[in-house]
Amino acid sequence: MTQLFFEQLLNGLQLGMFLFLVSAGLTLVFGFMNIINLAHGSLFMIGAYAVAVLTNLTGSFFLGLLLSFPVVAAFALVIELLIIRPLYHRDHLDQVLATFGLILFFNEGVSIVFGRTPLFLNVPEALSGAVQITDTFSYPLYRIAIITVGLMVAAILWFIIVKTRTGMRIRAGTTNPEMIRALGVNIQALNTTIFVVGALFAGLAGGLSGPLTSVEVGMGENLLILSFVCIVIGGIGSIRGALLGALTVGLVDTLGRAFLPDLLGQFLDPATANGIGAALSSMSVYLLMIIVLIFKPTGLFPVARAA
Amino acid sequence: MLSEKHLPAFYALGALLLIILPWILTAADSSYLISTATRLVIFAIGAVSLDLLIGYTGLVSFGHAAFFGVGAYVVGILAFHNFEETTFLGFDGTLTGLIVLPLAILISALFALIIGALALRTKGVYFIMITLSFGQMLFFLFVSLEAYGGDDGMMMFEGRNILPAIDLNDRITFYYFCLAIFTAFFLFCHRLVRSKFGRVLAAIRQNEDRMTSIGIRPYSAKLLIFVIAGAGAGLAGALMANHTEFVSPGLTHWTKSGDLMIVVILGGIGTLIGPVMGAFVFLLLEEFLPIIFHELGMDLLKEHWRVVFGPILILIVLFAKTGLYGLIFKKEG
Repeated sequence: MTQLFFEQLLNGLQLGMFLFLVSAGLTLVFGFMNIINLAHGSLFMIGAYAVAVLTNLTGSFFLGLLLSFPVVAAFALVIELLIIRPLYHRDHLDQVLATFGLILFFNEGVSIVFGRTPLFLNVPEALSGAVQITDTFSYPLYRIAIITVGLMVAAILWFIIVKTRTGMRIRAGTTNPEMIRALGVNIQALNTTIFVVGALFAGLAGGLSGPLTSVEVGMGENLLILSFVCIVIGGIGSIRGALLGALTVGLVDTLGRAFLPDLLGQFLDPATANGIGAALSSMSVYLLMIIVLIFKPTGLFPVARAA
Repeated sequence: MLSEKHLPAFYALGALLLIILPWILTAADSSYLISTATRLVIFAIGAVSLDLLIGYTGLVSFGHAAFFGVGAYVVGILAFHNFEETTFLGFDGTLTGLIVLPLAILISALFALIIGALALRTKGVYFIMITLSFGQMLFFLFVSLEAYGGDDGMMMFEGRNILPAIDLNDRITFYYFCLAIFTAFFLFCHRLVRSKFGRVLAAIRQNEDRMTSIGIRPYSAKLLIFVIAGAGAGLAGALMANHTEFVSPGLTHWTKSGDLMIVVILGGIGTLIGPVMGAFVFLLLEEFLPIIFHELGMDLLKEHWRVVFGPILILIVLFAKTGLYGLIFKKEG
């Protein structure tokens, strides 16, 4: 039982890291540029396809991952210049619709090029196998690597945002964009940079998820909606909030699915418990978000914003 | 371009067209399109109900398909128990339209009351996200209803609901039935937005704090319109379940909420008739873009028409803010 619990705990952590990679870009783009980007999930998908294709071409997963960065960055750059930039000063409704249009375009575009059958990737040789954590408990190395990458990204982001001049500008821009523009910061360039960096994180998450799931059309959408839940729980615009939200959502979702049916089985007959358990566990993260928003309507770590 | 003074004539013309549509389609030997026309009318009910929120109150609800799903599942679940001769929480299943349809409206209104009461505590982008989340919650709830087919949904094996003197299983009768309900709902909304309550909604959209300061609680007004819109979507869902004789979680998928928003924007928000035109154009594109691409010899695009539709949508958002309504009518004032 404890072993199963630890395994699920690590699985939850690993899902949390994926969610963090996607949420980080989402929350930065929203906090700094005031843009809701539904197409962020498409960038996740583009990353996954880029890694799958480049891995097959080069024969190396790591080379594929490395080469996928310029591909994702190029897509992000074009999206930012053509579509996002005209939307800066439009209301959220317009942003939701235009980026929804992007999702339709990318989903169909990918299925034209690659077809509807999913692509599969193997876990790279160097990261296959499992790590013996205790005598009786082992955990896949690849998943541990993902958790490590997530933590590293979190650390780097924390450093950039808290310790560097660029980070100071980002924080200032999130609080008061007009003021930072008046102080002579090239906000346009900063916007584009943030969008591309956020896209790279999403693309990285997509690429890393390739060997764990199948690479297919629409793969980013569920993660996108979960990421929205994360950043809303954490408070939009806050990286700390995104990390906390991602870990909470990852753990609640994974542990809920693993243990809720059994837990309910203590009180109810097995069939009912399974039914209700399955329903409750798939709804759990949304319930969590709703509860958070009822008590803290702007999330746990709201970013102060000048009116 | 027409002036808004011509609106009544436009309504009359539209109504006439919808009334004679079955004859035209039969004469043109394409009576199979009556099913599409029925879908159009049902879809328009959902779009008009969403316009009450987005256009008239400024509430961007990204989970409107949830209520559509609730209405559909009320019809589906009652039909299922009628067929199986079992009970739901002690109630017998039924196909009796006079019970089923009001119940579908009532229950979706109840869901809207609960969801609205919680969601309306948030504002702006948080409201968009919380409605999206409620939509997802209901989607997963329906997916987990194994007894009712789970992922796959369920068929209504005994056909559509039964009404005295009206045979809903006849497709032309069913079309007129939906058209009548649509007309009633449209007129209701038309009066609603021009009533005192409608003016309160408009004022809330413009400046909520001002409303509070003159002594009107925005929360109650917003909740009331949220419930009305939810009930409208539930009604549309109940009709759609009858139309397809099939209910599945797919009805509440978040992309369906997206489709409804597209239709409202495409037609022009805050106009009621705009979303109806939006629904018309949307279904027309969905029905005919594949055929057009096929005729043009572009079979690749025939299956993947959305690859063209996505950019069209983006262009509309970027360059045609007022939607179809703005293309046809010149706004006064």
